[in-house]
Amino acid sequence: MERRVVFSGWLFPVLLLLPQLAVTVVFFFWPAAQAILQSVRREDAFGLSTRFVAAENFTAVLGDPFYLASAEITVLFSIAVAGLALASGLLFAVMADRVVRGAAIYKTVLLLPYAVAPAIAGVLWLFLFNPSIGIVAVALRRLGIDWNYLLDALEASAIDGASPRRRFWTIVFPLLAPTSFFLLVVNIVYAFFDTFGIIHNVTQGGPAKATEILVYKVWYDGMVGLDLGSSAAQSVILMAIVIGLTAIQFRFIERRVHYA
Amino acid sequence: MMVTARSSVWVPHAVLVTGLVLVLFPVYVAFVGSTLTASEILDAPMSLVPGSHLIENFARALGSGTVKTSGEPVAAMLLNSLVMALVIAAGKILISLPSAYAVVFFRFPLRRLCFWAIFVTLMLPVEVRIIPTYKIAADLSLIDSYGGLTLPLVASATATLLFRQFFLTIPDELVEAAKIDGAGPWRFLIDTVIPLSRTNIAALFVILFIYGWNQYLWPLLVTNSPSMTTIVIGIRQMIGNGDTQTEWQIVMATTLLAVLPPVLVVILMQRWFVKGLVEAEK
Repeated sequence: MERRVVFSGWLFPVLLLLPQLAVTVVFFFWPAAQAILQSVRREDAFGLSTRFVAAENFTAVLGDPFYLASAEITVLFSIAVAGLALASGLLFAVMADRVVRGAAIYKTVLLLPYAVAPAIAGVLWLFLFNPSIGIVAVALRRLGIDWNYLLDALEASAIDGASPRRRFWTIVFPLLAPTSFFLLVVNIVYAFFDTFGIIHNVTQGGPAKATEILVYKVWYDGMVGLDLGSSAAQSVILMAIVIGLTAIQFRFIERRVHYA
Repeated sequence: MMVTARSSVWVPHAVLVTGLVLVLFPVYVAFVGSTLTASEILDAPMSLVPGSHLIENFARALGSGTVKTSGEPVAAMLLNSLVMALVIAAGKILISLPSAYAVVFFRFPLRRLCFWAIFVTLMLPVEVRIIPTYKIAADLSLIDSYGGLTLPLVASATATLLFRQFFLTIPDELVEAAKIDGAGPWRFLIDTVIPLSRTNIAALFVILFIYGWNQYLWPLLVTNSPSMTTIVIGIRQMIGNGDTQTEWQIVMATTLLAVLPPVLVVILMQRWFVKGLVEAEK
């Protein structure tokens, strides 16, 4: 899309663009280029010399069972996070749309988790589920709550009211489908990256690497393990994944712009 | 029919109240936790009735933090987070509004290249370029400074894209009218475009303030000195694996202090926030 009527001149727009371009080059392109360079090199043990090793870092990373396990965990974790977030979000949105009384309060409160950092949410749940003092952990242990019973009750209440349900699947959901797809991609990207804080806070990648997602591994191998070549190769692989996801998203946005 | 009508009101409320409880219960437990003494909180299961040490715990958190954070006051962490969030939000808006204006309202050589250069940064979140970005920050002596906390996060393809989408909807007639009045691009930007963008700016401010406040990985890397710790990182250090006992009553007070500013921003600006999101979608 382009504007028909525009202003003339080139100096003024270039000046307007300059600050953003400067920050972009210094903190985006330069480090990204460094990551790519680093990923095809290896430093000796003393950090005195580096040599070109072509794809060696990549074959090492991709052949590393720990890396593959981490990739698998990341995919599972992202699908779980995005799926749960979208399903519950959609459920609450549809329900909030059906009520009149209290709708504003429901919407405000259900919007609040957006403002809470995953790391902080992690601390709250850590406190609730702390094995020795966590109030939920203690209650569960003492009462032995039957979760299956609870789920059955929820299911029964959900089946109730078949006609609003049919209306949802035939009318509301098709209308929401494009938005849902967009949100799915955004949520997967979110699960990939923004969950570093909750992992670092709550599990530190453990137990036995069970929650070591790719971003955590990049950070750990680079900043703690100081294996720069491997960390850089992992960064480049992550970049490729994000580029793929962004391309999908962008195609989708452009389509919406054209047909909207 | 009666049953259907009744249940169609009852079911949504039940689901929504469940959602409310899931959101508010952890916060309530944190609140109660912040009003108890160290021994009360460790006496499992802890009470669900608030105790009488609220002011004492908050005063201690704000004034001297915990032993694990070497006595760094939470008040200082709050200030660091506030500066970081405000500078990132304001900085992103201040550099992306002009750049979007430049690519939409002008034709100049390499315009498309500039736009794409900004756009592809969407694909380079700080997480994929951790070590090299850290090196650059170190080379520019930005470690342990507000510049280091904010500058690398200030470029924003998202804000530029949102402004671009909005600017494309501004009617050509307005631009023509401005030209007839003899107004140049600078006047048009100040007198017409920025006032028209108020809702978008407000919505972006909310999104970007929360983005900045909740940053985790970058502050973790770029700050070492306790005096530069942000509150989100500070809480992590309070519960970190150590030999000393975690002082949960102080941690919970700090947690509440950490969520209060972004929550207030969302509540106070909810109307603009939602409106801005809906308009940005168009």
